[in-house]
Amino acid sequence: MHAARTETPARDFETRARTDARHDRIFHGALKSCALLVLAALLGAALSMLWGGREVLFQHGFHFLTSSSWNPVTDDYGALAPVFGTLVTSLIALVLAVPLSFGIALFLTEIAPVWMRGPVGTAIELLAGIPSIIYGMWGLFIFVPFMARIEPALSSTLGQIPLIGKLFEGPPLGLGILTAGIVLAVMILPFISSVMREVFQTVPKRLKESAYALGSTTREVVWDIVLPYTRSAVIGGIFLGLGRALGETMAVTFVLGNSDNITSSLLMPGTSISSSIANEFNEAVGTHRSALIALGFLLFVVTFIVLLIARLMLRQLARREGN
Amino acid sequence: MSSAIYTRRRITNAVAMVLSSIATVIGLVFLAWILWVTVSNGISALNLKLFTRITAYGADGGLSNAIVGSLGMDLLALLICAPIGVLAGTYLAEYAATSRLGATIRFLNDILLSAPSIVLGLFVYVIVVVPMSNVTHGAVSFSGVAGAIALALIGLPVIVRTTDEMLQLVPGSLREAALSLGIPQWKLTVQVLMRAATSGILTGVLLALARLAGETAPLLFTAFGNNFMTYSPLSKTASVPVAIYQYTNDPNPALHAIAWAGALLITLFVLALSLLTRLFFSRKKVSHD
Repeated sequence: MHAARTETPARDFETRARTDARHDRIFHGALKSCALLVLAALLGAALSMLWGGREVLFQHGFHFLTSSSWNPVTDDYGALAPVFGTLVTSLIALVLAVPLSFGIALFLTEIAPVWMRGPVGTAIELLAGIPSIIYGMWGLFIFVPFMARIEPALSSTLGQIPLIGKLFEGPPLGLGILTAGIVLAVMILPFISSVMREVFQTVPKRLKESAYALGSTTREVVWDIVLPYTRSAVIGGIFLGLGRALGETMAVTFVLGNSDNITSSLLMPGTSISSSIANEFNEAVGTHRSALIALGFLLFVVTFIVLLIARLMLRQLARREGN
Repeated sequence: MSSAIYTRRRITNAVAMVLSSIATVIGLVFLAWILWVTVSNGISALNLKLFTRITAYGADGGLSNAIVGSLGMDLLALLICAPIGVLAGTYLAEYAATSRLGATIRFLNDILLSAPSIVLGLFVYVIVVVPMSNVTHGAVSFSGVAGAIALALIGLPVIVRTTDEMLQLVPGSLREAALSLGIPQWKLTVQVLMRAATSGILTGVLLALARLAGETAPLLFTAFGNNFMTYSPLSKTASVPVAIYQYTNDPNPALHAIAWAGALLITLFVLALSLLTRLFFSRKKVSHD
């Protein structure tokens, strides 16, 4: 009797512990497989595009990377023109967006009165929320005519300077590489400035206050204290913006002009990896489609490397903050 | 001498302040410009036909099939990515907060977060659209399901990250209190931690919706587009962003007007969502700081 009475709850407890442990294992497994899906998505994206583009990547191989011809009729594909367009538009975007983002981050962390920081910061970040197709429409219908009006002025001023003058020659179409670069700059502005703003806020107050106490001006504090302290994260933020610019499709497709030429003038139409894919994919068959997927693979590899650098740089600051 | 240096420093400082303020004004001008253009062009093109007529009528039509298609695919995308994202985020926060696997997944999730959306569209084309077409001998190729999967890939990293961050904000004492009562880990996670972080997790889901609702590029090669109303997830499906893309490429100005109206709808939807979540989120953040 006695033994039975003490045994039942003990056995109950044991079976319950066992079922709990089993449920825990199932739960753990379910969670883990979901987390591994994230890994699988990224890996799968790379492999599937390698597979889809295998015909062009492996048969044309090096030719695909170095040739600038893009001819669906003779099935001769080279990635140089789209790669050139992608790199140049992204570079223009960076050149314009980095100083502007820095100015905005500086304004929001050091200059603006406190009541203004929240609303203005939110407004700038709203730029990041606008869908890219809207940037494309605005770019095509509003910004291209605007650029067509100011491009003659660019040609007659900047175009006259000996070395860089070549960049600003050509007919004032409005469409073209420069216009695409500017639209991209507006798009990545909020990304870079919000990273900069966030990391500027991580600088310890006592560092800044010490400098102010020694009589530094705001510019000197930002230049000599804030920037050196946050350098790696600022570079990380810039690379994050670059990653966005490289892969952006809808904002540039309309304004780039869709021409497979490599020109020295920024006012001429061009193409980019993403806009080539968007423009041609649904009409392409066979080798042409494979070439476009191979382009997608190139884009994926390049943005992956850029984003990898960005995240590593951003992590450096986070680690120092932890110490 | 020293006063000259002082004056120079003051001037440099003033110049830097002015330039920085100008940069902010430039940013705000572009925001106002884009919003103004969208709202003014969109409102003048808004009418009832937009919601009652399908795109097959062309300039005399509306966007009803695109609106239905967009809502359907967005919803389906959320149904796919929300459960997976929440579970994956929970794994990162509760089981892999410090492990190497956790660090790797977190890192790659951040990369997925900013990966080019057109590449994700190609990915889904290769792994879903092509095989489906091969299996069904071309009867099913581009489909609403494929579109939803592409959109889910865009929403997924957003949800993983917010869930991870929100669960890490839940105080450790809550975990210890529950564990000391002998509650199994899964019950603790589902009934205590997730409940404590519900509003944060919901924020992540809404942010993901705001992000994927405006995407165009991944839908081009997955859902394709359709000029007629369809309720079948296995047929080619229209969406508002793709309809805008097609109408903008068309030379007909009457179609541009419809595109602007669609642009207004989608911008209002996305911005309202992100503003709402921001309000929601910032209130939460303050209470934790």
